[in-house]
Amino acid sequence: MEILVCVKRVPDTSENEIEVGSDGQDIDRDDLVYSVNEWDNYAVEEAIQIVDKVGGKVTVVTVGDDESEEVLRREMAMGANEGILLSDDAFESSDGKGIAAILKAAVEKGSYDLIMTGAQADAGAGQVGGMLAAMLDQPYASLVNSIEVIDDKKLKVGREIEGGNQEMNEIQMPCVLSIQTGINEPRYVGIRGIRKVASVDIPVLGASDLGIDSGSVGNAGASVKVQDYFVPVFGDGAEMLEGSTEEIIDKLIELLKAQGGLK
Amino acid sequence: MQSKNSSVKKPYQEYFSKEHDMLRQAMRDFVKKEILPNIEEWEEAGEFPRELYKKVGDLGFLGVTFPEELGGASGDIFDSIVVNEELMRSGSGGLAAGLGSLGIALPPIIYKGTQEQKEKFVKPVLAGDRIAALGITEPGGGSDVANIKTTAVRDGDHYIVNGSKTFITSGIRADQLTCAVRTGGEGAHGISFLVIESDTPGYSVGSKLKKTGWWASDTAEIFLDNCRVPAENMIGEENMGFYTIMENFQMERLQLCVMANITAQMALEEAMKYAKKREAFGKQLTGFQVIRHKLVDMATQVEVSREFTYRIAAKINAGTNQVKEISMAKNFACDVSDKVTYEAVQIFGGYGYMRGYLVERLYRDNRILSIGGGTTEIMKEIISKLI
Repeated sequence: MEILVCVKRVPDTSENEIEVGSDGQDIDRDDLVYSVNEWDNYAVEEAIQIVDKVGGKVTVVTVGDDESEEVLRREMAMGANEGILLSDDAFESSDGKGIAAILKAAVEKGSYDLIMTGAQADAGAGQVGGMLAAMLDQPYASLVNSIEVIDDKKLKVGREIEGGNQEMNEIQMPCVLSIQTGINEPRYVGIRGIRKVASVDIPVLGASDLGIDSGSVGNAGASVKVQDYFVPVFGDGAEMLEGSTEEIIDKLIELLKAQGGLK
Repeated sequence: MQSKNSSVKKPYQEYFSKEHDMLRQAMRDFVKKEILPNIEEWEEAGEFPRELYKKVGDLGFLGVTFPEELGGASGDIFDSIVVNEELMRSGSGGLAAGLGSLGIALPPIIYKGTQEQKEKFVKPVLAGDRIAALGITEPGGGSDVANIKTTAVRDGDHYIVNGSKTFITSGIRADQLTCAVRTGGEGAHGISFLVIESDTPGYSVGSKLKKTGWWASDTAEIFLDNCRVPAENMIGEENMGFYTIMENFQMERLQLCVMANITAQMALEEAMKYAKKREAFGKQLTGFQVIRHKLVDMATQVEVSREFTYRIAAKINAGTNQVKEISMAKNFACDVSDKVTYEAVQIFGGYGYMRGYLVERLYRDNRILSIGGGTTEIMKEIISKLI
């Protein structure tokens, strides 16, 4: 099975204190530590596990600047077979549709049975998987938390739905799936994997290589543009209970009873 | 797309390549998920689970500088620095020391041992299946290495070993001890290395030693009472062990520099965070010039010490003899970490004296660094002969 996993280099929120930049248009990106988007990492692990079972190849692809190559290399050290970097000044500040259009062009240069994205990335919009599927005219399942290969045409996929419930679907390939965290336990990168990919050449494709009109993507092609970033003002409503632990417990029980939380 | 930073950067000599950065990221990821959530518990328990050796070994992070054919990664000195720094980022010097005891126990076997010895005593350790410790220090003397009292007397195909070793890192759980023994006359010329397996009759381990710091590492006294050790376990030539010990010390001292620098770095980071958050007399601690200047002095010392250590590491990596410089670096780095951990606790005030605060542990863990691997005073003796 030929699997393409779309990955993104994002600020590592466990390593950085994220602050809004002074112009209010973006977060402050100076000295940020970056890593692979967590959801994407689960998708790559799932792809590797599928290929381990049924054979095939895992390719990882990203849209980003030259530094985004490091996340491709990381995922290759983990076990992905190939990487493709989609990079062009014209791609900068693309909206979700722009990113999906760039990825679509890359997908059409290969032949993939299955395409995976993370359910969402740092911006939290969760658009790319669905848009990519629509542009490719392929079936799509979102928030996928289990995948079983039925045969070379069909997959059985589980989806996490509201209220902790589970839905099972059969989906025809080729298809696009957006992957939820927790679908597996992603393996760690070991030194042998790092050695293996350290000097591998990763192809870089720009707008002209992909046959993309520069005006249709990036800032020029974006129909959704960020207007403002800010930290919301804290509202009222929190009450700090004071006193000894016993006093606090008594007050808390009283409050819960008064509000109907305890009977 | 060119990133903002890369377009303005001019090349200069970097110590760490992109491959080193990948290793750092991989180690950090592992430490964050497998070690950090448990480290408080392991510190209190006085040891970490034995399975951790296997987990780290499976990823190839044990002994990254050792040859690939033995299970290492044939890495350079900066690979080992990366691994050490990131293990230290767990905030537990004991964990780094415990997992790292093979880093001092294996080199004599790797560089002086036979192929059979490497198969038997190196490969399973780098795979994380066996634990290795180095046994040099004795109850009667640490720094005075030439005066080792543990004897090994040849008896046919065996050596009969008698004596004891103390302050042995990983000593409680070690499966094998790379042990300095006296096979010849008095002084430096009568010392050899034997690998003694812990299941040898006569090999016994005292109770776990309770230490000021490095709690997560098991440290022990080991007693050797008429241990019959196969003569084939002799590492290198008989009576040439002293020189092996001295060669081994260089890398150990470099790693102690690294530990001191990262200990100071973490103490500085904690102090900076706290000083920005904590208020006294109606303003943040950083609002006081005395605190700001203290932090500046700490940061300056940490920066200088780290650069000095990296510079020496680069020279050792290129094959240059750095005995004098590494001894200087060890004293300098430990002096810096002594001061910086002290000041970090001072900035935290009463909280810095409380268990559960990282600076409290760093302050305790730091104390061993200017004692282990050659004391400050021994370093000065070495330096005085070379300037």
